[in-house]
Amino acid sequence: MSKQINVALIGNPNTGKTSVFNALTGLNQKVGNYPGITVEKKQGVCKLPRGVKAHIIDLPGTYSLNASSLDESVVIELLLNKNDKDYPDVAVVVTDVENLKRNLLLYTQIKDLKIPTILVINMSDRMSYKGISLDIDYLETQLDTKIALISTRKGKGIEDLKSLIINYKTLSIESCIDIRNIDTNYFEGLEHVFPNQSLYKLWLVITQDVNFGKIDKNTINDATNFKTKSESDLKRLQQKETIKRYQFINNVLKKGQTIDLKSAKDIRIQLDRILTHKVWGYLIFLGILLLIFQAIYSWAETPMDFIDASFASLSEWLSTKLPDGVFTNLITEGIIPGLGGIVIFIPQIAFLFLFISILEESGYMSRVVFLMDKIMRRFGLSGKSVVPLISGTACAIPAIMATRNIESWKERLITILVTPFTTCAARLPVYLIIIALIIPEGTLLGIGYKPLTLLIMYLIGFAAAVGSAYLLNKIMKIRSKSYFVVEMPTYKLPLFKNVFITVVEKTKAFVFDAGKIILAISIVLWFLASYGPGDDFNNAEAIVTEQYASVNLTQDELDEKIASHKLEHSFIGITGKAIEPIIQPLGYDWKIGIGIVSSFAAREVFVGTLATIYSVGTDDEDTIKNRMAKETNPFIGGPLYNLASGISLLLFYAFAMQCMSTLAIVKRETNSWKWPILQLVTMSSIAYLIALIAYQVLK
Amino acid sequence: MQLTIADLKRGQKGIVKDVSSKEIPLKLLEMGCLPGNHVELLQVAPFSDPMYLNINGTHLAIRKETAKHIIIEPSTNE
Repeated sequence: MSKQINVALIGNPNTGKTSVFNALTGLNQKVGNYPGITVEKKQGVCKLPRGVKAHIIDLPGTYSLNASSLDESVVIELLLNKNDKDYPDVAVVVTDVENLKRNLLLYTQIKDLKIPTILVINMSDRMSYKGISLDIDYLETQLDTKIALISTRKGKGIEDLKSLIINYKTLSIESCIDIRNIDTNYFEGLEHVFPNQSLYKLWLVITQDVNFGKIDKNTINDATNFKTKSESDLKRLQQKETIKRYQFINNVLKKGQTIDLKSAKDIRIQLDRILTHKVWGYLIFLGILLLIFQAIYSWAETPMDFIDASFASLSEWLSTKLPDGVFTNLITEGIIPGLGGIVIFIPQIAFLFLFISILEESGYMSRVVFLMDKIMRRFGLSGKSVVPLISGTACAIPAIMATRNIESWKERLITILVTPFTTCAARLPVYLIIIALIIPEGTLLGIGYKPLTLLIMYLIGFAAAVGSAYLLNKIMKIRSKSYFVVEMPTYKLPLFKNVFITVVEKTKAFVFDAGKIILAISIVLWFLASYGPGDDFNNAEAIVTEQYASVNLTQDELDEKIASHKLEHSFIGITGKAIEPIIQPLGYDWKIGIGIVSSFAAREVFVGTLATIYSVGTDDEDTIKNRMAKETNPFIGGPLYNLASGISLLLFYAFAMQCMSTLAIVKRETNSWKWPILQLVTMSSIAYLIALIAYQVLK
Repeated sequence: MQLTIADLKRGQKGIVKDVSSKEIPLKLLEMGCLPGNHVELLQVAPFSDPMYLNINGTHLAIRKETAKHIIIEPSTNE
């Protein structure tokens, strides 16, 4: 009889909780969202002995059950709701052997909820290094639980943890702390009114904004006929509770843990002397950024060229193998070029996620937060805004979600509003193809012109973000108290498995999400470009043949003229021509115009759109880049993609708000349509103006 | 005048004496910033803000304005 055990993984940030999750589930996991909110919900399945399966849910990292952010409330909401289908049969609290004292605070809180709780002490491989020794038997008795001493780095102890999970029913569910001791009168009064409820749960309902079962804050306040506590009284009691918990933990650890400081080494202090240094710290940070951009550019080039060429030959091969007809055309001219436009960027996007996850995993990101706080505060941001702004170079959506740990609402709102300026991975396809077309080869100080241009685009995005933050900070009149607490974890060599899983999961999500939109848009575009109303489209052959009757053209040249005449008079051509007057001053033709309009759904659609438009009606299957290079400007002649129009396009994409998903996330995170609409209108107007100026100056 | 964490120089140590619970977020208390615990200033960013501390074994950074509300006494030994 196989029964599924629900397991909740809980722990402070930086305890290696995710490593434990990855060790238990491997790639057998899925990432989704909690209904209605955008907190990432990670779950996976772990096969235990005797055919038992464990359903494991990785809860967001939290320092305590006293939630101070949306992510943290997810933890407490699940743990209070017995009816939730994910309500755990057993909680696994992950702690770090180096920070046992602080990590145990959360353990005592979970234990007081009377859920069977396994204590995992992770990173046990570092014990001798830090001079720590533990009396596990003593700790198990005092903490009234079973302990798994594991090392995810060395792959030790995972089997012990699995067998503890399978035997969860033998665990005690006694609480650690008697909450009555904090304020006897108050809690006994509470107990009198709700004799059947856990006092600690009631206390959490009173202090946090959560409900459990049918009980919420108001029912408690209504039912208790004794005086309810004021906000500051409650906070004083919470402080007292925290002190009580630490007293308990200190007593346990006094005998259960010995630390020989003489043999303890701390590389963190030495490293931090350099990495958070007033001068070296900043130089190293800049150096790391430079390295990332150079790497994204040069390392990804070979696989990208390969993908580009493969898609072109796939298209060609299919067009010779498949029977002639509308569907063959749809596949070879619509779908394949459209998809090729996104698949080609997998190498670069993967590299970007690789670097970001290494920076996060190693603990370096916290140092950047520390270094940048004072500077960022001048612009109305927080040091913690650096993480969204850097993650924004991958994608604005997780970046905006990462603003949740910014304590001050004003700083957080400004960060949300300016993050879409940072150069996200979706802009890369556009930038790369334009840069490849218009920027010459050559190097400056050992860095190629092309990567340098890319770096400048990133800097422009960053400057736009910071600059607009400065203005918003001056304009917005929001008073909010700002706290700033950031943990500086020990440096860790990133675990290959964690980094690998992050890169695979994020890249996959990006490609599939974007892929769906691009596929749909490519098909629609292909139809619009392949059909048209009226005589001009349907009799194109006759019209063009007559027009060029006096000129001697080869059959190929004539075919090309016919194809472009058809395209101009197709549905898409008519639409494009209608908007052409608006974008002509920026140096674009109507085809680029279609690309821009369709990329208001998502920026990366641009390349796919152009690929589809340019391949409709042509027989030769060329790479997207070569097709673009062949385009000529219909008004002034010469290549359509020259320095002026190219720079203008780059700048347009740098500033314009072209991502529906980001707008949706901003709406959800700010709970108002006001902010996303403000972003859309302001950013797009700035983009138009700057692109206009750039083209008019450079042409 | 009372000594606070904001008065510490790099490398100096102290013992937390009192925290004004009105000004200090609960989160900081939960991370170990409680009366009786040792605190050491490890590093400061330019303009001494934020401050990088070791409180009770936890390494964390806080802003100077928060540090001003944590009263300390100089540690006697060391």
